[in-house]
Amino acid sequence: MTEFPKTPPRYSATFTPAINAEIRRAAASGIYDIRGGGTKRHLPHFDDLLFLGASISRYPLEGYREKCATDVWLGTRFAKKPIHLEIPITIAGMSFGALSGPAKEALGRGASAAGTSTTTGDGGMTEEERGHSKTLVYQYLPSRYGMNPDDLRRADAIEVVVGQGAKPGGGGMLLGQKISDRVANMRNLPKGIDQRSACRHPDWTGPDDLEIKIMEIREITDWEKPIYVKIGGARPYYDTALAVKAGADVVVLDGMQGGTAATQDVFIEHVGMPILACIPQAVKALQDLGMHRKVQLIVSGGIRSGADVAKAMALGADAVAIGTAALIALGDNDPIWEEEYQKLGTTADAYDDWHEGRDPAGITTQDPELSKRFDPVLGGRRLKNYLKVMTLEAQTIARACGKNHLHNLEPEDLCSLTIEASAMAGVPLAGTNWIPGRNGGF
Amino acid sequence: MQTFDLGKEGLRALNSSLHALKGQTNMTAWEVINPKGAHAIAAGVDAPVDITVRGSTGYYCAGMNKLATIRIKGSAGPGVAENMMSGTVIIDGDASQYAGATGRGGLLIIKGNASSRCGISMKGIDIVVHGSIGHMSCFMAQSGNMVVLGDAGEALGDSLYEARLFVRGSVKSLGADCIEKEMRPEHIALLSDLLKRGEADGKARPEEFKRYGSARKLYNFNIDNASAY
Repeated sequence: MTEFPKTPPRYSATFTPAINAEIRRAAASGIYDIRGGGTKRHLPHFDDLLFLGASISRYPLEGYREKCATDVWLGTRFAKKPIHLEIPITIAGMSFGALSGPAKEALGRGASAAGTSTTTGDGGMTEEERGHSKTLVYQYLPSRYGMNPDDLRRADAIEVVVGQGAKPGGGGMLLGQKISDRVANMRNLPKGIDQRSACRHPDWTGPDDLEIKIMEIREITDWEKPIYVKIGGARPYYDTALAVKAGADVVVLDGMQGGTAATQDVFIEHVGMPILACIPQAVKALQDLGMHRKVQLIVSGGIRSGADVAKAMALGADAVAIGTAALIALGDNDPIWEEEYQKLGTTADAYDDWHEGRDPAGITTQDPELSKRFDPVLGGRRLKNYLKVMTLEAQTIARACGKNHLHNLEPEDLCSLTIEASAMAGVPLAGTNWIPGRNGGF
Repeated sequence: MQTFDLGKEGLRALNSSLHALKGQTNMTAWEVINPKGAHAIAAGVDAPVDITVRGSTGYYCAGMNKLATIRIKGSAGPGVAENMMSGTVIIDGDASQYAGATGRGGLLIIKGNASSRCGISMKGIDIVVHGSIGHMSCFMAQSGNMVVLGDAGEALGDSLYEARLFVRGSVKSLGADCIEKEMRPEHIALLSDLLKRGEADGKARPEEFKRYGSARKLYNFNIDNASAY
């Protein structure tokens, strides 16, 4: 018999092993997959943009001689006490409950040492973070867990959360494993229940109500505090315009790479837009209203390096926020815990079952023994170092583009590597003067 | 009695004056005239003072109140006494949507009817409504007590946590995980006290009410309950 070569096994590009595994998991369990973090799919991102640098027509600044400022004022529109940060990289809202008390303390320590702000989350304000955060932004969420006028008044700014990038249109989720006595008490919930907080605010609906709600918060805080409005990357042009109309001092815009403590994987991966597509629309809304730089824009979702900071700012943001990157700086997903990640059926840098509360690094947990592994002083120092490096990196790029302040970076400093990124970011494809979609649609 | 003409002096001046009251003040009685439906009247007060608003109010009157007694001699707009911490708010007329939303303490008395979502996400407040309440009232209510002398609209107590609901009249429908529960002696005693404090003890007897609470079946996710969500 003549042996002919056999057709080698061929995987489907549609039914991949990973897809099939999820079908089997769903069939066996009868429940959707819940996880933490942001989208893991490949998306057009800041990596698809490059800076052009100085040339004959633009001259650079000397790296170690000429100043490149990094400070930012937030809340200059209406607040009597706007915030002044030394660097334009803030820490995004993450709840006590999702994170341990020491982890919140470390975020406060690191942010304060680097001259920036940190933010509460869906669980109220803890003494750890208020005590260790020079500048603390207090989130005003649909759940209103722990909400009270005293904390409103001892915050440095208030962030009305309408949505977040990981799940625009979704509410909070904290499963029973993490509802410890302290978390339950702060949220006024029975211990050990699966907490699913509301996706809509309980006492306002729509932009006209939001305007009145913001006015009420301003009255309660005697018009002292900057009021941010946080939106997920859904309809950034209109949401930004409506937030401005409602009286926001600052718009916080979170793309789909932004993380969450826990939600359905299908939500994280299939709802919302990448931050690259969101920033130009938000900036255009601000410019159309004559409010760019008057209402500040903070963007988040996938910021990892000083290059990302510089690119976001070149597209028109006033500042950025980091969440996932801050957790990694603290020690989340560190390969030193690989043996334990393996026991949980995962691996370092891929661990995302934060909702289960068994984080080997002791950060996304309420387990007292696991929490003890995390040193808030060391964590704070690591975060400070990381924030400083990001700032130095952004300054390096800005000087190369001839800018003496990060805010002077502009879209003209950028080119795009791909047609998709070019269309989304509104900067020309490298080597051309072409922006897809321009002169024919926005 | 301090009389404040809101029409002349404006909201900021009113709230600023009220916020300046701390601890033991001699200015314990306030009267606000010409409210004309303004929003955020007496929001964020933190002193044991007595404030009477002569007329109807807009959104968020008495928002986040602490310690004060606030009387509205008219009707109240949306979100009256939202997130109240303590004190008492008494409305002579009706209340619009979200009355007492997320309230954490104190007592809210509505002598007329309350619209939809009364007591939404309540977290410890007591609410006594002499009339009826609208649909989706006590949605995700976490703790505290709701007393309704009239009827309740659709989906009462949907996704309820540990709040206790007492309704004298009819309930159009119960929301997910909300069930009727037995009235035991301790509930009669509690209700008797609430009716008294809610200025309704002459209007109804505790024995006329039914009690509603959480079945606690949705506290932890179970795929077999998916159709309830």
